[in-house]
Amino acid sequence: MVAFVLRRLFGMLIVLIVVSFIVYVIFFKIPGGDPAQRLAGRTATQGNITAIRHKLALDKPFYVQWGRMMEQLATGKLISYTDQLSVRSQIWQGIPVTFSLAIGAAIIWLFFGILVGVISAVTAGGVSDRGITVLALIGVSMPVFWLGIILRYFLAEQRSWFPDGGYIPLTTNPAQWFYHLLLPWFTLAVLFIGFYGRVLRSNILDTINDDYVRTARAKGLSPRRVMVKHVLRNSLIPIVTLFGLDFAAVLGGGAILTETVYELHGVGFYARTAIGNLDLPPLMGVTLFGAFFIVMFSTIVDVVYAWLDPRIRLQ
Amino acid sequence: MASTDTGADFTLDTAAELAAEEGGRGIEGKSPWFLAWRRLRRNWVGLGALAVFLAIVLACLLAPVYAAHVSGMSPNDTNVGGTITVDGKTVDVVSSGGVTTGPNGEIQVKAGGVPIGPQWWHAGGQYVLGADSLGRDIATRILYGGRNSLQVGIISAVICAIFSIMLALLAGYFGGASDWIISRSFDLIWAFPVILLGIALGTALAVNGFHHFGINLSGSSLWIPTFVISIVFIPYLARPLRGQILSLRQSEFIDAAISQGANPMRVMFSELLPNIASTVLVLFTLIVASTILTEAALSFLGAGVQAPNPSWGTLIAAGQNTIQTAPWLGIAPGIAIVLTVLALNVFGDALRDALDPRAKVRIEH
Repeated sequence: MVAFVLRRLFGMLIVLIVVSFIVYVIFFKIPGGDPAQRLAGRTATQGNITAIRHKLALDKPFYVQWGRMMEQLATGKLISYTDQLSVRSQIWQGIPVTFSLAIGAAIIWLFFGILVGVISAVTAGGVSDRGITVLALIGVSMPVFWLGIILRYFLAEQRSWFPDGGYIPLTTNPAQWFYHLLLPWFTLAVLFIGFYGRVLRSNILDTINDDYVRTARAKGLSPRRVMVKHVLRNSLIPIVTLFGLDFAAVLGGGAILTETVYELHGVGFYARTAIGNLDLPPLMGVTLFGAFFIVMFSTIVDVVYAWLDPRIRLQ
Repeated sequence: MASTDTGADFTLDTAAELAAEEGGRGIEGKSPWFLAWRRLRRNWVGLGALAVFLAIVLACLLAPVYAAHVSGMSPNDTNVGGTITVDGKTVDVVSSGGVTTGPNGEIQVKAGGVPIGPQWWHAGGQYVLGADSLGRDIATRILYGGRNSLQVGIISAVICAIFSIMLALLAGYFGGASDWIISRSFDLIWAFPVILLGIALGTALAVNGFHHFGINLSGSSLWIPTFVISIVFIPYLARPLRGQILSLRQSEFIDAAISQGANPMRVMFSELLPNIASTVLVLFTLIVASTILTEAALSFLGAGVQAPNPSWGTLIAAGQNTIQTAPWLGIAPGIAIVLTVLALNVFGDALRDALDPRAKVRIEH
């Protein structure tokens, strides 16, 4: 176990280095995106541009530039090309917003996803199963930003049942924090509820005919106990993988669309602003931030997986 | 061959078992593809979904006909000061605003610059789904936007499928070092947050286009989002295919082909490829649904289809700004996306059920 985790941590470091290198190459290749030219402003002389290029080390070979950027990112000295603010502290500021959004939405989508999956598996072929299947399919077919715009328009702007975007920190006012995040949580969760419900339904239907379930039923256990203790325990294992990876992606800036629609100034929103300005340092920071969570959670998922299902060996 | 997973109806006679699943109809001499088609034919919901998708594709292909004969406007024709006749009355396309006196003598202030809403068929085909603030016909723009969205979605799924099949065949057939390299590069793409990778590539390339390796693409070329999206989805398609090829690689018929002296190309394309074709078909349908959603997301954020080309994503982005005064601008293109993606998802499910009936679990009560 310890050897496995250590090996994965080492692999994680390599992946992050390669990811950062790829991001750098993607942006290094933009011909019109010379940051020195944009930083120097409209009335810049060639001398100004050269000076800025030198200051940002843009005149060095690109692997030197990349190394410098990594060093600055680690020490918090990396600054945005446009607003000159530290990338690390800006991401740091976005974390409470993004984490509030991600954790709340994850609780909602896990709860409703499991509920929906179990109900439709138990009533498979019946009316409620069909209804749920249709709703789940619609849920996974909706663009999340469109759903957000529509919900915000009808529930927050037409009727003022919900606040119209924005974020209140948990420490300022917990009730307002909750109230402001309700719509974004549900917007983000809808897609996953539909998806998890469908996956869980087919997993349950796969296991429900297994011999051990028949045995459990034959020895007289109640249907509820068979479902919760025997069927669900096994059917939920694939959900663990999905959840780990999806949650990591949402934490690491994957909620960019929801954050944009509801004007939540989280990590995704920061990336979105940087994209508009072709601002490399924040994008580098956010992409590495996101990749870090994805790689970390995939390691956690593997460990949890082996713990839930002793047949799986870590290697 | 015998397995106990079917429980009570345990039998070694697989032909009889299959025949029973087919409702007593004979399966002798019928190809798996014919059987799949026969099962699909019975699935009305699935076929209906396919019909909806094809109807949407056809409608978008006929966008120029609609523009010429129904709305009478090209997608970029503006009509700010114009008027149209609705049920015999003359109405401004974009309200001019001003103060009017109401029926009881009270003064009403009308907002200026508000475009006309959906007219359905009351204006003789003009502004069926309303206008935007420049007086452009939204229905026409949605049809033209659909051409771009569908083109990017379908072509990127095709490119993604071709690369995925190649990489999965190489990794699964040769194993060893090539498998290691290909699998690790999938891990790498996987480690990127999907939407961030798409945005990073899309924005970077949209500035000045792509001019390397003899390929010249301008920044507003549709090929840029197409390639970006196809790269992002390769691991999603290639990983399951690789797994399937790895297990097929151990089968006797592959050993037989190799011992007959078949070269790797022949084994990969004549022996392995037909055996993964049904998986490719099902996953392809679902990937098209995902690529259309991703195109919409990238275009919404400005990293996909670039102006002046409309696409469903850019139309929603434009509609978001005027949602208070003209909600139809944001709602209508979203409905087009939902219908298209929903139809593909439903059809993909039906296809899976038809091609792999064993995956459909019989329920015991």
